[in-house]
Amino acid sequence: MSARVLPFAVALAAMAMVPLFSTSPFYVNLTSQVAIAAIGALGLNVLVGHAGLNSLGFAVFPGLTAYLVAWLSTVGGIDPVAAALFALGGTMMVSALFALVALRTTGLGFVMITMALCQIVWGAAYRWTSVTGGDNGLSGVPRPGGAWLPLEKPEYFLWLCLIVLALALIQLGRFFDSPLGVALRGTRDQPRRMGAVGYDVWRIRFVAWMLAAAWGAAAGLLYAWYHQFVSPHMMAVTASAEVLLMVVAGGAGTLAGPLIGAALVVLLKNLASIWIDRWVMLLGFTFVVIVLLMPDGIVPGFSRLTAWLKRLRPTPAPKLVPRERADG
Amino acid sequence: MAEPALRIDGLTKQFGGLPAVADVSLDIMPGERHLLLGPNGAGKTTLFNLICGDLTPTGGSIRLFGSELVGLPPRKRTGHGLARTYQILTLFPHETLCRNVMLALNGLRRDKWRAWAPFGADAALRSEALAILDRVKLADLADRPVSQTAYGDRRRLEIAMALALDPRVLLLDEPLAGLSRDERVMVQELLANLPEEMTVVLIEHDMDVALAFAERITLLHHGRVVTTGSRADIAADPRTREVYLGA
Amino acid sequence: MTFWVSQSLNALALGGLLFMLASGFSLIFGLMRVANLAHGALFMLGAYLGLAAVKAGFGFWAAAATAAVAVGLLGGIIERTLLRRLAGRTLPQVLLTLGLAFIIADACLMTWGGDPMRLPPPPELSGAVRIGDAVFPRYRLFVIGASAAVALGLWLLVERTRAGAMIRAAVDDVGMARAIGVSASTLFTAVFCLGTALAGLGGVIGGPILSVYPSLDQDMLPLALLVVILGGAGSLVGAFVGAYAIGFIYTFGQVLVPDLAYVILFLPMIAVLSVAPQGLFGRRLG
Repeated sequence: MSARVLPFAVALAAMAMVPLFSTSPFYVNLTSQVAIAAIGALGLNVLVGHAGLNSLGFAVFPGLTAYLVAWLSTVGGIDPVAAALFALGGTMMVSALFALVALRTTGLGFVMITMALCQIVWGAAYRWTSVTGGDNGLSGVPRPGGAWLPLEKPEYFLWLCLIVLALALIQLGRFFDSPLGVALRGTRDQPRRMGAVGYDVWRIRFVAWMLAAAWGAAAGLLYAWYHQFVSPHMMAVTASAEVLLMVVAGGAGTLAGPLIGAALVVLLKNLASIWIDRWVMLLGFTFVVIVLLMPDGIVPGFSRLTAWLKRLRPTPAPKLVPRERADG
Repeated sequence: MAEPALRIDGLTKQFGGLPAVADVSLDIMPGERHLLLGPNGAGKTTLFNLICGDLTPTGGSIRLFGSELVGLPPRKRTGHGLARTYQILTLFPHETLCRNVMLALNGLRRDKWRAWAPFGADAALRSEALAILDRVKLADLADRPVSQTAYGDRRRLEIAMALALDPRVLLLDEPLAGLSRDERVMVQELLANLPEEMTVVLIEHDMDVALAFAERITLLHHGRVVTTGSRADIAADPRTREVYLGA
Repeated sequence: MTFWVSQSLNALALGGLLFMLASGFSLIFGLMRVANLAHGALFMLGAYLGLAAVKAGFGFWAAAATAAVAVGLLGGIIERTLLRRLAGRTLPQVLLTLGLAFIIADACLMTWGGDPMRLPPPPELSGAVRIGDAVFPRYRLFVIGASAAVALGLWLLVERTRAGAMIRAAVDDVGMARAIGVSASTLFTAVFCLGTALAGLGGVIGGPILSVYPSLDQDMLPLALLVVILGGAGSLVGAFVGAYAIGFIYTFGQVLVPDLAYVILFLPMIAVLSVAPQGLFGRRLG
């Protein structure tokens, strides 16, 4: 167990120490962005990696929370912490309603419905100008804290993000090893058998959906506080696609994958914005390259390599069933 | 006379107007070993899928020890004491044999909703799973992933998954399909050692095994029951010959 | 009364454009089990290519034909060189078509810039006609008629020709279709070309109404997805019914409750999914 925890502890500690080595807030803020993205990617990984449900509308969860907390703490004039609680609760309620729609299908139907759901909410944020500020979004979102906890300082905010990320890693790490986590992967691989041995496949998928929504909401809350600004762009197709890229590039179904994927995508995006102005095209090319060259992602590729070095066994064991199924 | 374990009455399933199962009525008594016989496309597997709830019938009723199953989802039928195996292996390839059986054992228990304690650390569950693997002679492979086992072992695991539910009525869909001669003997022994009170319905094309096992036989053709009776009745019935050899 | 008539005609025009977009998407989906998320980007590319051709001195009709053929060829190349390698693998296909959508959209932005542009309708269809009290642009009437003609043509192709019989057989069961001698490989490419060419044509035809601008793909693709979710994947009738339903709901939503026009699109989706998860005319994919 401790051997599994160690790499994560080292990674988080290294991120927490960035403010000690860098005087410029740029790298501290960049680390915060990685942490926030990783929390979201961990949430999406529950659906993509463990439930086998490929969502293309994940940005709707962080988007809803960010908009709710922004509206409540600016227009609504509520204290930031109370606004955060209402925002998280509201997101979970809306997510439960969305689950009733999205979980009617699996496979490609699920892909299309999640994408449509996110686009509808994006459209509302974009068009319902009187409430959401339209394309201008809502700005001036206050961070919580005060003299005793100066969260307006980049290093304190980074530590808050890292605490949430640590909680996400612990909770999800335990969940994936638990009876329910194993059952969730069972519904991914053999939904029919799971029903036949007494599991309620729909309810297990619902739990996975709500878990993904919860961590997505946490990421959205930190996002709104980090930028102190929300706009419809955080729910655009590209936003959902970026989170999906983090999961797939890192390795869906692994715990470390979303973390590594988040770091890669955030760094790539920041570097790209310095040198070239074509992030969307770069994102597109990255998808194409990953799909054609590294379909399982970095972490499974790496562990396959180490396993090969250890055992010097040239061929991986044949899979009994293909990983993709059209059971929708 | 005692209540039948499984009573099927006027069961019909149509696919786009074509009947796959047509007006099937059948009584199977507790503890009976019952064989479903018939050429490919006779509706045997469709009948299984109707009984366990993977398909919804167009009409008719299915009663398990008196309670109606039609309208219940598959998982609720399992709760009534029904279990089945699949003709096409339906296992969890990334998990070990032991964890496959543990997963099946958990299906009817509240523990399946636990989301914090590690699954593998449940010693009681593990020893139960090992006992079931022992019944199908797979205990020594317990910690090997399914993806690294031979086909014959997977066939027996398929049976173990159903036995884990401790069913009162067990539906076996071609448990011998694709097995070598030695493996057949092993599975045959396994079937012979099933608890006497367990009701077993079997689909099997290996006539020697099937006839040695079954007490009563139902002959299906084009989704209809041609005849039901004892081994001798069916063997003597001219319609058996007709179904298999004639038009 | 005038309001209802003219908005209904607008709805019919939008529905027709959506049919051109969604029917190709749906045919590809039904035949190959591929959700081509680049479909919206190809629609937009068609619009830009048509505009570029008009600016280069082509007539409107020649521009439309050129754009449709060019987009169809691009679709064929994508199918042959990229999608084919990923047959049967859902997530990689989704990522690939999404990646291509981003590349195409950004390439359009790079080439033609960020300002919305108007694609002029052909001179013979400019101006307006009076219908009762309503004055209605002649071009929109043409779009209504043209999309209905495309729908009829597609229907005849699928239901009345040998090629259509092959498509129907392969939609039902690819393995069976192969067994009776249908070349699935050729058929897949042909349908992909046809579907994407329809999207490109839709882009040009829609250009004078919707105008041509960088996020046109992101506005159209979700509508097409909704059409397919409502009507059911793989069904032409479903695409037809779904396209006009969404056309009406969206058009009237925009006029009556402009703030929430998008949110209203929820309603048909929820209504249909609660009754038929596979869509009104779709089959459950197994």
